[in-house]
Amino acid sequence: MLSIDQVSRIFPGGQEALRTIALSIPQGEIVAMVGGSGCGKTTLLRLVAGLDAPSSGRIELDGADLREPSPDVGIIFQEPRLLPWLSVADNIGFGIAHLGKAEREERIASVLLRIGLAGYEKRWPRELSGGQAQRVAIARALVTKPKVLLLDEPFSALDAFTRASLHEHLLALWETERLSVLIVTHDVDEAVTLADRIVVMQPKPGRIFTEIPVQLPRPRDKRSDAFHAMSRQVLDALDGSLSDGPSNAKAASTEATAFWW
Amino acid sequence: MSDIALEKAETTSAPGTTRRGFSFGPLALGLLLPLSLAVILEIGVAKGFFQGRLAPPPSKIAVTLGELISTGEWFRHAYATGWRVALGFAFGASAGILFGTLSGAVPFVRRLIDPTVQALRAVPSIAWVPLFILWFGIFETSKITLIAVGVFFPVYLGVLGAVLSIDRKVIEVGRVFRLSKLELGRRIMLPATLPALVTSLRAGLGLGWMFVVAAEIMGASEGLGFLLVDGQQVGRPDLIVSAIISFAFLGFLTDALLARATAPFLRWRDDLSTSERG
Repeated sequence: MLSIDQVSRIFPGGQEALRTIALSIPQGEIVAMVGGSGCGKTTLLRLVAGLDAPSSGRIELDGADLREPSPDVGIIFQEPRLLPWLSVADNIGFGIAHLGKAEREERIASVLLRIGLAGYEKRWPRELSGGQAQRVAIARALVTKPKVLLLDEPFSALDAFTRASLHEHLLALWETERLSVLIVTHDVDEAVTLADRIVVMQPKPGRIFTEIPVQLPRPRDKRSDAFHAMSRQVLDALDGSLSDGPSNAKAASTEATAFWW
Repeated sequence: MSDIALEKAETTSAPGTTRRGFSFGPLALGLLLPLSLAVILEIGVAKGFFQGRLAPPPSKIAVTLGELISTGEWFRHAYATGWRVALGFAFGASAGILFGTLSGAVPFVRRLIDPTVQALRAVPSIAWVPLFILWFGIFETSKITLIAVGVFFPVYLGVLGAVLSIDRKVIEVGRVFRLSKLELGRRIMLPATLPALVTSLRAGLGLGWMFVVAAEIMGASEGLGFLLVDGQQVGRPDLIVSAIISFAFLGFLTDALLARATAPFLRWRDDLSTSERG
């Protein structure tokens, strides 16, 4: 269980990025965070990853404080962030350098197989397509066997086709590992495809506007009426999150008519 | 510095002229001017149109170089010069890497030493010669110090720039995997700065060869720079040109060796230097 308990983050400049966020993610749940720009989605993810510290409140994983990067928490960024001087295999094995050679190679081989890139061990990152590179980044995060996987708009730079195939990869990995997943996205369809629960955030300062459980059976059919109804519900909530804020009543009118993200 | 410009010119022209599709035309055209000058000089002197006392024909230079090599003189002088460059380069490059890294990685050190280094950089390095001779005498120490100073600046600047431009996002990957400071340096900062380090070392080596000439012209009893002065004093331009050719050859050779030795560590690069190889 990942629990985010009354977490606030105020940046040194005085900007309030997050205000008293409370969110619990039981082991094995996929939670998607959506919301307008400046609502602190990425900030929250960085706090959970231990890359930043909350100004107040606590983040715990199974009762243990998360204040620094933990081996139990893997993160995948918007860009693959592979190390260009390492081969695909060495990139994946970057976080398990402390393990013995045999175990390391076995883990790398098994995760490569699962992301469908067996035989790519010796390639350089520059030889990979965008989708392949992001799959390697997922493998790098998974190879340490984390309990929680954080994803920060991981597929936003990819075309729709590649994105759909990566959704399938991610869900297949999730089925076998039963990870908790917290994914930040601005793509409502992506949220509805992946998540068990969608958290709609509200900007300035970032807070949780509402939570929407997604009770569609898996695998989800994107063309079904239920899927569309769900997407509409999330979009309505997003509109609400932008027009219904007490502190952003002025800004919302102009912002909501523009792109909500 | 000119080495960097040269390298840029080379790499930008690389995509058009791949090794396999190399045509002989441009090369032949480029050789036309020097070759015809050499032929004119050679024939002119042979026919007695001019004496060739101050501008020796290629055959004369070849004979002089051949003599220098067969008597073993060339190796004695080249060894002396090469050794000075090697020592000066080793000291200068080590100091450049050390201070460049410290200055880049530790803001306090940067604020402490960078202004001084930048100020000293404005001094043309040869201006130090009289001071170095006063301090270190006229023998090897002052020469090697001068070369080391020449090598230091491009290496320092290159390494400092490289460390400062390491992508924050890549450092973050290191943090996610909980690398210690030492591991972060070895597994992320070192490889990330390696391409710039190699470029700056090559620039430094080029300056090392430049400054060894200055150092040896100031006074030396052996070395290729001594040959230059000797040739001037005894009125033998063939000796001077032989030394010049030797400098060009050794400078080119050491640069090629350095590039060759570091190439295996840079195969991963995604730029024009690797796209050439497909």
